[in-house]
Amino acid sequence: MKVVAALAGLGGLALSGTAHAIAWNFQTPASRLAAEIDDLHQLVMWLIIVIFAGVFGAMFYSVYAHRKSKGHRAEQFHENTAVEIIWTVIPAIILVAIAVPVTKVVISQKDTSGADITVKVTGYQWKWGYDYLKGEGEGISFLSTLATPRAQIEGTAPKGENYLLEVDNELVVPVGKKIRILTTAADVIHSWFLPAFGVKQDAIPGFLRDTWFRADRTGTFRGQCAELCGKEHGFMPTVVRVVSAEDYTKWVAEFKQKSAKAAEDDTKTFTLQDLMQRGEKVYAANCVACHQANGRGTPPAFPPLAGSKTATGPKEGHIDTVLNGRPNTAMQPFKQLSNAELAAVITYERNSWGNKAGEVQPAEVKARRK
Amino acid sequence: MSAVADTHGHAHDAHGHHGGYSGIMRWITTTNHKDIGTMYLWFSFVMFSIGGLMAVMIRMELFSPGLQFFNPEFFNQLTTMHGLIMVFGAIMPVFVGFANWLIPMQIGAPDMAFARLNNWSFWLLPFAASLLVLSFFMPGGAPGVGWTMYAPLTAQMGMGMDFTIFAIHILGMSSILGSINIITTILNMRAPGMTLMKMPLFCWTWLITAYLLVAVMPVLAGAVTMTLTDRHFGTTFFNAAGGGDPVLYQHIFWFFGHPEVYIIALPGFGVISQVIPAFSRKPLFGYASMVYATSAIAILSFIVWAHHMYTVGMPVTGQLFFMYATTLIAVPTGVKVFNWVTTMWKGSLTFETPMLFACGFLFMFTLGGFTGLVLALVPVDIQLQDTYYVVAHFHYVMVAGALFAAFAGIYFWLPKWTGKMYNETLGKIHFWLTMIFFNMIFFVQHFLGLAGMPRRIPDYNLMFETWNKISSLGAFGMGLAQLLFLYIVVSCIRNGKPAAQLPWEGADSLEWTHLPTPAPYHSFETPPVVK
Amino acid sequence: MAHVASTQAQVRQQHYSVPQPMPWPIMGSTSLFLMALGAAFVFNDMRAGWVSIAAGFVLLLYMMVRWFGEVIRESEGGRYGRWEDVSFRWGMSFFIFSEVMFFGAFFGALFWARVYSVPDLATLESQALLWSGFSAHWPSAGPGFAEQFSPMSAWGIPALNTLLLLSSGVTVTFAHWNLIANQRGKLLLWLAATVALGVTFICFQAYEYIHAYHELNLKLSTGVYGSTFFMLTGFHGFHVTLGAIMLTVIWFRCLKGHFKPDHHFAFEGVAWYWHFVDVVWLGLFIFVYWL
Ligand code: HEA
Ligand code: HEA
Ligand code: HEC
Ligand code: CUA
Ligand SMILES: [Cu+2]
Repeated sequence: MKVVAALAGLGGLALSGTAHAIAWNFQTPASRLAAEIDDLHQLVMWLIIVIFAGVFGAMFYSVYAHRKSKGHRAEQFHENTAVEIIWTVIPAIILVAIAVPVTKVVISQKDTSGADITVKVTGYQWKWGYDYLKGEGEGISFLSTLATPRAQIEGTAPKGENYLLEVDNELVVPVGKKIRILTTAADVIHSWFLPAFGVKQDAIPGFLRDTWFRADRTGTFRGQCAELCGKEHGFMPTVVRVVSAEDYTKWVAEFKQKSAKAAEDDTKTFTLQDLMQRGEKVYAANCVACHQANGRGTPPAFPPLAGSKTATGPKEGHIDTVLNGRPNTAMQPFKQLSNAELAAVITYERNSWGNKAGEVQPAEVKARRK
Repeated sequence: MSAVADTHGHAHDAHGHHGGYSGIMRWITTTNHKDIGTMYLWFSFVMFSIGGLMAVMIRMELFSPGLQFFNPEFFNQLTTMHGLIMVFGAIMPVFVGFANWLIPMQIGAPDMAFARLNNWSFWLLPFAASLLVLSFFMPGGAPGVGWTMYAPLTAQMGMGMDFTIFAIHILGMSSILGSINIITTILNMRAPGMTLMKMPLFCWTWLITAYLLVAVMPVLAGAVTMTLTDRHFGTTFFNAAGGGDPVLYQHIFWFFGHPEVYIIALPGFGVISQVIPAFSRKPLFGYASMVYATSAIAILSFIVWAHHMYTVGMPVTGQLFFMYATTLIAVPTGVKVFNWVTTMWKGSLTFETPMLFACGFLFMFTLGGFTGLVLALVPVDIQLQDTYYVVAHFHYVMVAGALFAAFAGIYFWLPKWTGKMYNETLGKIHFWLTMIFFNMIFFVQHFLGLAGMPRRIPDYNLMFETWNKISSLGAFGMGLAQLLFLYIVVSCIRNGKPAAQLPWEGADSLEWTHLPTPAPYHSFETPPVVK
Repeated sequence: MAHVASTQAQVRQQHYSVPQPMPWPIMGSTSLFLMALGAAFVFNDMRAGWVSIAAGFVLLLYMMVRWFGEVIRESEGGRYGRWEDVSFRWGMSFFIFSEVMFFGAFFGALFWARVYSVPDLATLESQALLWSGFSAHWPSAGPGFAEQFSPMSAWGIPALNTLLLLSSGVTVTFAHWNLIANQRGKLLLWLAATVALGVTFICFQAYEYIHAYHELNLKLSTGVYGSTFFMLTGFHGFHVTLGAIMLTVIWFRCLKGHFKPDHHFAFEGVAWYWHFVDVVWLGLFIFVYWL
């Protein structure tokens, strides 16, 4: 009795701590595939519940009725070939029966042909890169990084509703179109997971894999990287914004405009102060995870930049390192950043934490792009 | 089961009690299967405590959203070491401990076939475990790669990774040598008349488990060796730039890994097959079909490994093949479940602690088996892979399955081992606390997984908070309950009441019927004759 | 079955010899621990690890000499009868089985690279997006490997080595027949021939490695081809070396008059092991060198 009371107390305590909605089942499907998965899951759940009730109904009946304290005497039978054959064959039949609908879903899940838009998704430690390869929006390319502020994670600010499930740049796609996702990775294995679409596909460094979805309503859908990829594995969400066809066209146009502006920046010359200010932001979004805010890194895995030979040596070496990464290390290429952003972050690194190595302008970065 | 005509099992001591060594050296040099079994059991409990401590630390961090106690790197290290220590340090050794104690007694043998090798199999373990634990103190800490150690993340780890790799080599050696010993003992040391089909089921499950171990531990050794050379010698087994493939690692690992989960489960099945008939006072139902089912599970376990890899992007034919093969395992496992339930049917049941744990096992292992079946279905697994649903699944089969079976076995044979009786009331309390808190930890994790919470993360969104809180509270309770277990065992050894020769009315294997309680230091020096 | 049962009954006529306690196993564990510790240090550029490796190795040798010495003494002293003999046979068979599985992992890696990963890296899409210009062919060192290398051809030294190992399998069988026939002189001769063939094999293999490194530019780091080539042949060569050492020990034991025509499991165990490395070599020759 005491145990039960204590448990109830603990349970109450746990529940009272949270005002938030409690999630306990699949997210509401936003694609036909996810809905089919939901149905399959329900089907097997019912089946399991029925078998479970049958088997343990028998067990508990015998626990109740065949106990010694009730004076039940043990019978000594220990074989019955007929029964044994029955309970081998019936489960086998049940399994075949489930296999049929499941196989259909598997086949449609693997069919990535006839896509309207193809997006290459690259997993980086710890962010996603999106490149629109085919279809409307072709040529668009950007990085998508966790947008939750550090303060919320460390508990010095209240946590928002989309805590850890929000990014700076969402993947934007039109509703009702077949989107083919090509995954790959730059460093280790990641997994692109969007529960509402019923999609999870590992991103394997050096290889391409594909999957697809067709969102059946607009909205923002959230998931998380689903393969352990190092220390910030819990902090690389996958967020997709599904918009109407018109909004999508608008978004594409805006994006193109923005990149044209960024291209203009390439020829400008910025002051050290401008570069430093912008660089600090780029650094905070892309580099702190490894090299830390104080530039000291976490050796031996991640080297310090404060006083580093590269960050205080010739500009070219520094630009190349950031632009192309270092092969076979966690230091990945940052080609997706614009020349101005790269110039800013490189300048920032060369002039912070005691480094004093002069500024870098966008044109210099552009010159070293291959 | 088997009627025994001749009984000169009572051992006389020909070579002096402990063969010349005393004190700590007795334990270090011993060739006695009971001494070695005891050491395995205690070793396993120590590792269970360390692994459990890490689980409690994991649950502490996950008690609320936000980073509370540990940085993410250390959290990953805890997860990795918790998994490795529980699997290789706690569950596998506990059943080898059972095997050592029981197999010679159950088949009427004087000892294990290779008594010195047996000593070595045990004494490899503490050294391997030290390497594992030492890795925490190396620069960069222990590896934070998960117990599955997927490439190429392993390539980024510090020196702790090498410690872990070597530890796995040594653990593997221990398992292989131990298994060779068990196979040989069972095949060559049976008393006259003890045919294979008369052996207690526990011996059967171990025979099959040992086959699995000999077949797959070397494969794991190969996988970690390739990891080692990729890290240090420029090979590119798992690196696309050199024509290798990270997915290759997963195939090799799971070729080991899936049979491994049955290595963990099968000896537990054996224990349960001894306990349920004893407390039902009725012979095991379907002995022969139990043997066939166990073999079928073992054979099938070699062709299902890629159900851990549905999301790597296999061709559709591969996915379908592995799905069909995986679901097939439900058939022989079902046979076992039905046989156990039918053994209880129309028995004369009593519910001492071993039987309670056996019933708990039956109920919850089946639940875990069913969630395994859910995971076996490709589309559903694609939603659930690497979420807490998987964590819930495997704790149901490994904790409520293997660990509960181990508890059942320990309470069942404790009187035989020590000659004393444990406190039945406390035993029952231990069962109920463990049962309740276990479900509190892991039942709610199904919901987390369905809702999409990934595993191996130190922090989560607010919508996952409630279940995580309940789960963490359960973990603290489960830990305390195991302290009670320690107390029960120690007080049984220290000042338990002397046990009766046959404390359990229904027990009928040789160790109960042909050897005194407590069991003598040497088992059957002259083989009994079994008819 | 009746036959098996009756031999079983015969075998059970004796007491099983349960051996005395000994301190060597834990010394073996200590030595492995020291070697692992040392290797981990050395691999991470801490030279001090060599001391630990050396200490572990010396301890291991000492342990083996003492442990095996004791077993040999017991065996020659007649402690092991038919029953124990059967145990040894089961034990050795399963040990060899575990070795087969170990090699299986590396053969698996080879097949995977040839059948899946290399072709997968050269699909049209992969060429367009990741590895431009990479074409799938075997041997391949992968799309990121820039240097030139030549593959190892099968029909030079490797073919000769196949011949050597196969004949050594025959010679060890002759030795065994002579042991059974109690022809000690011929036994020593054939056994010595086996060891000589094995040692020649190892020398050729070493020569071939040097050749690969210096003339073919084929190294351990030559992509997945180099990795599988050197790891497979390397582990095999290591096993041949162990086998040759074991055969040498057996030769000295024969010289000292050990073994009887009907009681010589140590000899047979080593012969089994030798056949096993032989068979592995055949697999290597076919899949690594030839096809
Ligand atoms: C003791 C260990 C153990 C056991 C016994 C099992 C048993 C099973 N497991 Fe589990 N499993 C693990 C340990 C175990 N597993 C671990 C450790 C992992 C995760 C590893 C990691 O990633 O870290 C895992 C992961 C895992 C996955 C991968 C999940 C993922 O990562 O995406 C899958 C998928 O198929 C799976 C399936 C199964 C199945 C089908 C069984 C079957 O054997 C179950 C069969 C039993 C029953 C079905 C119940 C009884 C049957 C009946 C009463 C008959 C009637 C039933 C029907 C007709 C339905 N398991
Ligand atoms: C059989 C093996 C086994 C066992 C018994 C357990 C037991 C437990 N496990 Fe674990 N677990 C795994 C095998 C096991 N686990 C594996 C393989 C993984 C995957 C790892 C990976 O992802 O790589 C995992 C992962 C895992 C996770 C997911 C972590 C993550 O994804 O980040 C969690 C989280 O809740 C968890 C919790 C627990 C808890 C609360 C227990 C509890 O049941 C533990 C209760 C026990 C104790 C608390 C110890 C009590 C004893 C004492 C207190 C005595 C002390 C006495 C002295 C010191 C004298 N486990
Ligand atoms: C995922 C982790 C990670 C991220 C994110 C990262 N780096 Fe690095 N960085 C590394 C690693 C690891 C190295 C060491 C590479 C090596 O061993 O050569 C490195 C090396 C460097 C170096 C060379 C340091 C030296 O002394 O040689 C520079 C400069 C650098 N990074 C800049 C950046 C910039 C700028 C960013 C962000 C735009 C960034 N890094 C983001 C991991 C990272
Ligand atoms: Cu990326 Cu986990
Ligand atoms: Cu599995």
